[in-house]
Amino acid sequence: LALYFHVGEREEKCIIEDIPSDTLVVGNYKVQRWDIHKHDFHESAPGLGMFVTVTSPSGEVLLSKLYGPQGTFSFTSYLSGEHIICFQSNSTRFAVTAGSKLRIHLDIRVGEHFFDESDIQAKDKVNEVNTRLEHLIEQIHHVAREQDYEREREEKFRKTSEETNSNILWWAIVQTLILISIGIWQIKSLRDFFIAKKLV
Amino acid sequence: AGAVRGALRALCLAALLGALRAGGTELTLELPDSAQRCFHQEMESGIKFTLDYQVISGGHYDVDCYVEDPNGKTIYQETKKQYDSFSHHTEVKGVYTFCFSNEFSTFSHKIVYFDFQVGDEPPILPDMNKRVTALTQMESTCVTIHEMLNAVIDSQTHYRLREAQDRSRAEELNGRVSYWSVGETLILFMVSIGQVMLLKSFFTEKRPSSGGAGT
Repeated sequence: LALYFHVGEREEKCIIEDIPSDTLVVGNYKVQRWDIHKHDFHESAPGLGMFVTVTSPSGEVLLSKLYGPQGTFSFTSYLSGEHIICFQSNSTRFAVTAGSKLRIHLDIRVGEHFFDESDIQAKDKVNEVNTRLEHLIEQIHHVAREQDYEREREEKFRKTSEETNSNILWWAIVQTLILISIGIWQIKSLRDFFIAKKLV
Repeated sequence: AGAVRGALRALCLAALLGALRAGGTELTLELPDSAQRCFHQEMESGIKFTLDYQVISGGHYDVDCYVEDPNGKTIYQETKKQYDSFSHHTEVKGVYTFCFSNEFSTFSHKIVYFDFQVGDEPPILPDMNKRVTALTQMESTCVTIHEMLNAVIDSQTHYRLREAQDRSRAEELNGRVSYWSVGETLILFMVSIGQVMLLKSFFTEKRPSSGGAGT
């Protein structure tokens, strides 16, 4: 596998995926535990597992399962938005044991549908073209979904900007009116006060 | 012959969009304040890798980043960058490390996107580089389209991230405008009423006596 990073034994690490709805996300991971005696990471650590939790933008939990030291997980998004994928090991050891840490290899693929190249080594060229075209169509649908999502986000952005603009204008007018009316009230109030005190 | 050519054309087109990009990982992660997150990748020597990163939200939208080779030598280091792209040809085989640091910030956690591409792409036509004859026109067109589509992907990713960043700024601005407006109005009321009260209190004697200044 590819990239890896280190976490403490019981530490939870999360990554954010901002994806449109109806998108398939597939993740591969492998976790290794640090061996104090060998000063290296175990090649495999039996009994070590990984809790994978996926939270949707509305806070609903889409996936919460315990996998082994190496595994693949996948989920399909219902809503578009920021999905949070969290990893936490099921290790019961505390991080008090010095130098204890975990290495997590991670590879996450969004919206891509991979097929085995070997599957389509069909004798029939037409079938191969067929399969490739179906794969292409799926990918283009994914592109269309991403673009729709981008349009939604841009609309939200535009609304926020326009709201800010009208907020500024409205508050400026309100504050000016308050300023003027309070100024008038101040003068009137003081004038009445001084007249009452026979100073004027 | 026509059917074969048609099938070849379709295969080429399918290979264009279906071809895998170079191996790589792109992740979006949250960087809490005063924290550092490091990632490692094992690579052969003589491989080209590219690291693109961009801060999507938080504080001043900047982050520190450095890249180390297996010997511990720092091959890239930048502080308080909003986005950057760094390419390097590896000379040593081993584990390369890159880290994002938010240690200079005390209260704003950042959301950082990075894309780490390793190695060159496999050629989309099977024996493209070993061919003795030149590519046919259709094949070279396919290659050109593939390269352009890759450029489109990069461009769209860049714009998607920019939009996310700008939207984050706009929402922050909106919040700030609302809070400060309410705050200012309250201060306005308090100050003006306070002024009148204070002024009135100057002319009010605590001990009862004839009002006003004496002659």
